[in-house]
Amino acid sequence: MIETEGLTKAFDALVAVDDITLTVRPGEVLALLGPNGAGKTTTVRMLSAILKPTAGRARVAGYDVATEGDAVRRNVGMLTEAPGLYSRMTGREYLDFFGQLREIPTPERHKRINELVEWFKIAPAAATSSTGKHKNVLDRRLGEYSKGMAQKIALIRTLLHNPPVLLLDEPTSAMDPASARLVRDTIAQLRKDAHRAIILCTHNLPEAEALADRIAIIRQGRIVEQDATPALKARLLGPPLMEIRLAQPSQNGVVALIERAIAGYGAQVQGAGDTWVRYSTPDPAATNPAVLQALTASGVAVMTLSEVTQSLEAVYLRAVEETV
Amino acid sequence: MNLEAQVKPAPAAPMGLPPVWQRLRSAWWPAWVVFRREIKDTLRDWRIVAPIVILVIGFPFLANFAANRGLAFVNQYGASLIIERLLPFLMLVVGFFPSSFSLVIALETFAGEKERRSLESLLATPLTDLQLYVGKLLAATIPPVLASYLGIATYLLLMGLTLNWWPPLSLLLVSMTLSTVQSLVMVSGAVIVSSQSTSVRAANLLASFIIIPMAFLLQAEAGLLLFADYTALWLIALCMVVVNMLLIRLGAHVFNREQLLGRDIDELNLRHAWNVFWEAAWPRHGLKVLYAREIPAIIRGMRPELLITAVVILVGGLTVGAWGIQRFPLPVEAFDLSEVRNLETIGSMVTQSGLLESFSPWAVFFNNVRALLIAGGAALISLGILALLLLMAPVAIIVYIAGQIGGIGVNPWLFLAATVLPHGIVELPAAILATAQAMRMGDVMLSPPEAGGGLDGILRESGRFVKLFVGVVVPLLLIAAWIEARITPTLLLNFLGR
Repeated sequence: MIETEGLTKAFDALVAVDDITLTVRPGEVLALLGPNGAGKTTTVRMLSAILKPTAGRARVAGYDVATEGDAVRRNVGMLTEAPGLYSRMTGREYLDFFGQLREIPTPERHKRINELVEWFKIAPAAATSSTGKHKNVLDRRLGEYSKGMAQKIALIRTLLHNPPVLLLDEPTSAMDPASARLVRDTIAQLRKDAHRAIILCTHNLPEAEALADRIAIIRQGRIVEQDATPALKARLLGPPLMEIRLAQPSQNGVVALIERAIAGYGAQVQGAGDTWVRYSTPDPAATNPAVLQALTASGVAVMTLSEVTQSLEAVYLRAVEETV
Repeated sequence: MNLEAQVKPAPAAPMGLPPVWQRLRSAWWPAWVVFRREIKDTLRDWRIVAPIVILVIGFPFLANFAANRGLAFVNQYGASLIIERLLPFLMLVVGFFPSSFSLVIALETFAGEKERRSLESLLATPLTDLQLYVGKLLAATIPPVLASYLGIATYLLLMGLTLNWWPPLSLLLVSMTLSTVQSLVMVSGAVIVSSQSTSVRAANLLASFIIIPMAFLLQAEAGLLLFADYTALWLIALCMVVVNMLLIRLGAHVFNREQLLGRDIDELNLRHAWNVFWEAAWPRHGLKVLYAREIPAIIRGMRPELLITAVVILVGGLTVGAWGIQRFPLPVEAFDLSEVRNLETIGSMVTQSGLLESFSPWAVFFNNVRALLIAGGAALISLGILALLLLMAPVAIIVYIAGQIGGIGVNPWLFLAATVLPHGIVELPAAILATAQAMRMGDVMLSPPEAGGGLDGILRESGRFVKLFVGVVVPLLLIAAWIEARITPTLLLNFLGR
C-alpha cells in the first residue's frame, strides 16, 4: 500500500530525506519516530504528493507520487502537524468545504460529517454564544475552538473521504487524555480494516508502542532502525530481562542456584538484592520454568517472576544516540 | 457509527449536461469551491471590508469636494478648463485607491495561508495546481475590480448631482477599462508575489514593486487626460492587458506545491548571488575567448529577442513616425535650413535643443550609454517592454523628421543617408543588441526557476548584459559617437551645399 525505495528529498544543499526505503502493508500501522527536523514531515509530504522526491520512488495506494499526484491525493488522508483551520469558518462549513473538494455528493457528505462528528463526540454539546443564543459547537467559528477540538476537526477532515491510506502527523497533540484515548481507539479501529495502511508520526512513544505494528526511527533524514517493537528491543536493549521477587530476604546461595539453573540457556544474572534477582534470557519460555523448578526444589519461596518492562523510549534513545 | 462507510466521489457533473459542459464543469468545479470559500472569508473580515467600504463611499465624497472647491477657485480666473480636464483623473484615482488597498487580499492568498499553516491541508486535496491558482486568483481579483467600479460609480453620481458633470461615453469607457486592467495587473502581480513569499510581511514588502510602477502610470495617465489624449490611454490599456496575460501565465507557471511548501524562510545568499552575476559578467578565459566564443554564444542565445527587437523598432518606429507626420505636421518655417551654415552653428543648434550639453563625441557617447542603461533597468521592471519602447522612440522621431523634411522638398532618403546612416549603421546594431539583451532580462522574470528563471536567472542575464555591453556595445557606441560628432555634420553641410 505504501512502498518507497531510495526516497530522497533535497532542498538545494540540504538533504532533508536521504534514501528511505520502507513498506507499509494494508492493515499495518508504521510509527515514524525521530527528533524534530529529522525528516518525518518531509517524508509524509512526499507520500501525500505535495512535494516531489528528488531521487528514488514511492507508490501510495498503487500510484506513483511523482507522476500520479492527483490520484495519490485522492487516496490519502493526511493529518498535518498543525490543524491549520480557517478561523472565520464554522466547523460545519469547513468540513463541508473539504468534502466538496473531495467531490463527495451532498447528501452523503452531510451524512458522513454527522457520523464522524458524533464519533468524535463533538456534536451533542451545545454552547451559549456571546449573543446568548444556543449554538451547536459545529456552527461556531473555528477560531473559537480549543486546541483539542481543532485537532478533532482536522482528524474528521482527514477521514471524510474514507481513504485507504492515512498519514497522521501527531494526531493526539494538544488533546486532553480522554480525547487522546478516543483518537487512539479510532486509529486502532481504522487499523482493523485490512485494506488500510497507516503511517503515524509521533513523539508520544507509549502511543506508538500501543498502536504500531512496526517502528521506524528516522534521524538526519535516514532511517536508522526499522522493525517490530519486540525485535527492536531485543536488538538495541538486549534479551528480555526477568526479575524474581523472593518471599523472604535472600539466603546464601540463591544467586548461585539461579546461575546454575540458567547456565544452559545462554542467560545471565544481571543483578541481585536482598529480595530480588534479575537475569536476562533470550528464551524466557525455556529458562523461567527451569529457574522456578530449581528454586522450588531448594525450598526458596518465590513471590513473583515477571519481565522487567523495557520501554520504547529506551530503544528510541539508544537508536538515536548510536547514530550521533 | 461506521468508520468504514463507503464514500463514493460525486459524479463529475450533473447528468443531462452536454459533454463539453460536463468536462468544463468537472475541470473547474474545485476552483469554484475554492473561489467561493475565499470570497466568503474575505467578506467576513471587517479589517478588509471596512477600509474598502470607506474608500468606495467616503473617498469619492472627498474627491467630489476637492473637485467643487477646485472648480470654484479656478473659475475666478477663467481657467475652468484645467480643472475640468482633471475631473476624469479623479475618477481614475477613486477607482485606483480601493483596488490598490484590496491588494491585501491577493497578498494574503498564499502567504497568509502558509503563515496560518492552513495551506498544507489544502495542498493535500486532489485539487490541481491550476485549479487552486485560478480559484485564488479569481477570489483576489473580483473584490478589487468591484470596489474600483463602485468607487467610480459613487464619484460619478456625486459629480452628476453636484456639478452636473457626466463624462462622455468614450471617456467613461477608457477610464473603466483602465481601472479594470490596472486592478487585474496589480492582483496578478500580487498573487505571484504571495505564492513566492514565505510570509505576509515579505509579501507586503515586495508589493511596493507593484504599487510604485502603478502610481507612476497613474501620473502618466493624468498627463494624458489633461491633453484629452484617449488614444494613448487606450494604448496603455492594451499594454496592461498584455502585461496581465504575461503575469497570469507566469503565475500559473511558477505556482506549484513545491514552491509553496518547499521553502520556510526567505534566504538571500548575497555571496551566491554575486558569484552567479560575476560568473556571467567576467570574461574569465581572456579576450580571445570572449570575442570568439562567449559573445557569439550570448548573441545566439538571444536570437528570438533580436528578431522581436528589430521588427518592433522598425515596424513600430515607422508606424508611429508616419502617424506623427499625419497628426502633427510642422509648418515649413520650422525647417529653416539656412541657419545651418557651418560646424559651429550645427553644434550650437544641438546644444540649444537641450538634447546634449555639448556636441562632442564624448557627450554623444555618454548620452547613448545612459539611454541604453536606462533601457536595461526599465526592461527589468517592465518585462522587457519599456526597453523596446525606448528604442522605438528615436526611430519614430527620425522617421517623423525625415517625413517633415520631405514635405519641404528635400529628398528624405538622401537626408537620412547623410545625417543618420553614417553613425546609425554602427549605433543601431549596438542599440538593438543592448535592447534585445535587456528584453531577455525581462523575459527571464517570466520563467520559473527550474527553467532558468528566478533570481539566479535574472542575475545571470544581468551579468551577460554587462559582458555584452562592455565588450560590444560600448566600443560600437564610441565609434558611432565619433562619427556622429565629427563626420555627420560635415556630410550634412555637404548635403546642404555649404
